[in-house]
Amino acid sequence: MGQYLIRRLLIAIPSLLGISIVLFAVLALAPGDPFEELATNPAVPPEVRANLRAKFGLDDPVPVRYVRWLAAMAQGDWGFSFVSRMQVDTLILQRLPTTLFVIGASQILALLIAIPVGVYAATRPYSLFDQVANAFAFIGFSLPTFFTGLLFILVFSIYLDWLPFIYRADISATGWQWYWEHLRQALMPIAVLGLFQVASMTRYVRASVLDVIRLDYVTTARAKGLGERVVITKHVVRNALIPVVTLVALQMPAVFGGAIVTEQIFRIPGIGSLLISSILANDTPVVMAVTFIFACLVVLFNLIADIVYGWLDPRITYH
Amino acid sequence: MAGSTRASLTTEAAAADQRRARHFSPWLDAWRRFRRHPLAVVSVAILFAIVLAILLGPFVWSVPINAIDFTTRLQTSSWQHPLGTDDLGQDLLARLLYGGRISLAVGLAAMVVAILCGTIIGAIAGMSRGWVGSALMWLTDLFLSLPQLPLLLLVIYLFRDSLKSAFGPEGGVFILIVIVIGGLRWMPVARLVRAQFLSLREKEFVEAARALGASKTRLVVRHILPNALGPVIVAGTIDVAAAIIAESTLSFLGLGFPPDIPTWGRVLFDAKDYLDIAPHWALFPGAAIFLTVLSINFIGDGLRDALDPRKVM
Repeated sequence: MGQYLIRRLLIAIPSLLGISIVLFAVLALAPGDPFEELATNPAVPPEVRANLRAKFGLDDPVPVRYVRWLAAMAQGDWGFSFVSRMQVDTLILQRLPTTLFVIGASQILALLIAIPVGVYAATRPYSLFDQVANAFAFIGFSLPTFFTGLLFILVFSIYLDWLPFIYRADISATGWQWYWEHLRQALMPIAVLGLFQVASMTRYVRASVLDVIRLDYVTTARAKGLGERVVITKHVVRNALIPVVTLVALQMPAVFGGAIVTEQIFRIPGIGSLLISSILANDTPVVMAVTFIFACLVVLFNLIADIVYGWLDPRITYH
Repeated sequence: MAGSTRASLTTEAAAADQRRARHFSPWLDAWRRFRRHPLAVVSVAILFAIVLAILLGPFVWSVPINAIDFTTRLQTSSWQHPLGTDDLGQDLLARLLYGGRISLAVGLAAMVVAILCGTIIGAIAGMSRGWVGSALMWLTDLFLSLPQLPLLLLVIYLFRDSLKSAFGPEGGVFILIVIVIGGLRWMPVARLVRAQFLSLREKEFVEAARALGASKTRLVVRHILPNALGPVIVAGTIDVAAAIIAESTLSFLGLGFPPDIPTWGRVLFDAKDYLDIAPHWALFPGAAIFLTVLSINFIGDGLRDALDPRKVM
């Protein structure tokens, strides 16, 4: 197991490097120049500009700049946000927990709904329940997150007036009241992001259970006289969920996309809304860093999925 | 085996049909299977109606999309304005009809880009036996683990201004969005095509063609590719829906088309601050996106039954 872990970690490094190359290539290919403003400013003499360019190494060839950028990123020097007037890494670390909380909670919500529904639908394929679940799944992934978000605000905040539609980080209440307020404001974003996941997950679970449920060992379990409930929960679901782990990990890039939209709608102070506001404010260091963080998170979740997969499925060899 | 679950409701019935009538072409046969998916057939009708409305609507409903009239601000449905008006008194129906053209055009063009890239890369990876194939698959996996929306936003942030000055505000953004959405969606197609190629290239009919002296290009274009097309068409259909959602998302975040081009996502972006006083403004474009995407997804499901009947999911 230890060796397997190390091997997976080593596989993750080239993909991180590859992602960083893609990101840097995009940045290097992009027209525009951080010193454009200086260039149009007649008060700045050309030699000062040239000196500044040389100081920041902007005239070096692209590979040299890439290695320097990568070294700086690896050392934790992520640059300085000119808009927020603080180090980029402090800014991101402030925002990251909120994003991870919303994404994590929505994934748990999605699994809690998708697994029972998917399993129940698969045990009765083409029944009324299955067809209704299937239709809802289609509706679920045809509804873009931004529209579900607006619909939720319309129904729960404006018509019913149950939930607040702006996420506030500075709630003044204490004790239980604090938790209650937090839950209330997090409910809609989590539900929006979760429902977006439920749709595709339900179909994965159903397909995966259908693959397993007709295998001979399930018939054997039934023939032994085990109850249907035991057969489904202990024999079928356990095996059927193994491929679902991978599919959930493959969905992560889409989840981050959904998280950006959700954070923007509900004004959650996470890294997704930070990305949008930095783009609107032309804050390049923050934009690059947040994009890279999202890429790292995707690689991290793939890694976790691989490890969980190895742990769930003893047939995977660790060598 | 204790029994088998049909891959889809429609397959067995279709197989029975096949036995009865042998003289149909494969496409007619696929159509027969497609017709057994009632929701897909209804979706074709709905999508056809939407496309027709978008193409011909502006000729019938000739209200200009940017006629500002502050006396009719934020009105709900009426005879003058069937879908109401926005905060400048512009007619929503005219704007949605015009925006739909752009949303659908972006979806179709991005799909074409994705299918072309995916098919070419998948075909090369599927035909080569050496390191080229594995390198291309590594690239595919790398692109699969890129976070799409952040990257999309990054590219648009960096390249928007220069393309705008080169191709004009509308054309520049259109080209950029199509290339970026298409360029980030080719991976599933490449994987599908490669898997198909790997199995097809060992089949007897390909070997026979090779024995007759067919060149590699001819093998691919005449023999392997047509047989690998079914799943690609299905993936392409779903890609149209995904690209429409991606474009709307960009516009909704205020980073897609410029404000004077009312794509569906852009109208939603403008409407979201008036949700409490004019909900109709947000509901109609949202419903338009939802209905279009839903019907495309159902058509994709029907096509999967028709062209690729073995696959469950």
